[in-house]
Amino acid sequence: MPSLKDLKNRIASVKATQKITKAMKMVAAAKLRRAQEAAEAARPYAERMNKVLAGLSAANAGNAEAPLLLSGTGKDQVHLLIVATGERGLAGGFNSSIIRLARDHAQKLLAQGKTVKILTVGRKGNEVLRRSFKENIVHYVTFREVKQLGFVQADEVAHKVLELFNAGEFDVATLFFARFQSVISQVATAQQIIPAKFGGDQSAEPTAASSALYEYEPSEQEILEDLLPRNVAVQIFRALLENNASFYGAQMSAMDNATRNAGDMINKLTLSYNRQRQAQITKELIEIISGAEAL
Amino acid sequence: MADAFNFELVSPERLLVSEKVTEVVIPATLGEMTVLVNHAPTMTTIKPGVVTVKLASGQVNKYVVFGGFADILPTSCTLLAESAVPASEVTRDTLQKRIETIQAEINKAQSDEHKTKLEQFLAELTHLNGIVVPA
Repeated sequence: MPSLKDLKNRIASVKATQKITKAMKMVAAAKLRRAQEAAEAARPYAERMNKVLAGLSAANAGNAEAPLLLSGTGKDQVHLLIVATGERGLAGGFNSSIIRLARDHAQKLLAQGKTVKILTVGRKGNEVLRRSFKENIVHYVTFREVKQLGFVQADEVAHKVLELFNAGEFDVATLFFARFQSVISQVATAQQIIPAKFGGDQSAEPTAASSALYEYEPSEQEILEDLLPRNVAVQIFRALLENNASFYGAQMSAMDNATRNAGDMINKLTLSYNRQRQAQITKELIEIISGAEAL
Repeated sequence: MADAFNFELVSPERLLVSEKVTEVVIPATLGEMTVLVNHAPTMTTIKPGVVTVKLASGQVNKYVVFGGFADILPTSCTLLAESAVPASEVTRDTLQKRIETIQAEINKAQSDEHKTKLEQFLAELTHLNGIVVPA
């Protein structure tokens, strides 16, 4: 049975923790809004890019001279996993769910006898994956010093990826990040970016038809060659923004839970503190009364 | 007055312009081109330069773009720029900084082809430096 003083100390410490988690929740909420706005602002560009490329690639389908970024190297022996995680923890299952997905994927590929290379973006993913796949990690990017995530950072990652691709270091690249669905739900997602795949088949039909009428300046081929590397950067940028929004969403709900738990704990501790104080008073009264009676 | 069409200027970070315009001048890779309504569907890459937008209201806005491409349709024109800023916000310093990063990249470039491309880009940037910011 802890003494009264112990209980008092514990209540004070839980209260201090609660204050911290509450502050973190508020900060995360404010940052979430900004991250969400950034993710939404980036959407038009990515969507249009996707539409244009879907049309172009449909027109180029079957073309033997299509750029490698579109058609792939024809092999799928070496896989590059780009794992984007947060720079910090304290965000519930955010980092671990991305890492788990990437790890499962890597193990499946290894079991099939493929070669796996990993590029980590963000400190957390690097720390954890380093433990089990130390020799597979080829590069590590961190944005610790970066305050506002910009296209420049995504471009930096894309540069590295393209450099590796052009050097023939890998055949297939998959991007791992958390898709932002809502504040309470972020889904860890794997997306193949090289060779490029374009979703939204329903929209690809009409654009493919209309693209036949386009005039290209310079040639179609050259535009495609110019756009595809850019598309890699755009996809990475979008993933980073989604990740950023997801991170703050996850952190906000994690901190909300922590604050609530701390509240419960304070209630429980206060209850037992009061009970014990009452017991002590009763005990003292009994002592006084029985002492007086004995006289 | 000429008919208006929709013009959108998008950078990866945000949508800069989405308005009714009568005329847009685009710095396409093969030379500047003016887009009016009912233009033939065209897709073109753009080089660093100034985009001049004439709004339906008659107002003229200028933006500086750094590479990208344009998707032109009879009823609309979408310009996807790698990076775009209103011309009034461009200063010699920011341009100089870009020129320096490109310069550094040229020194690192391995293939000749890549190097020529970057050098061309640099030349365009330097040219831009002359027009946008009066000396």
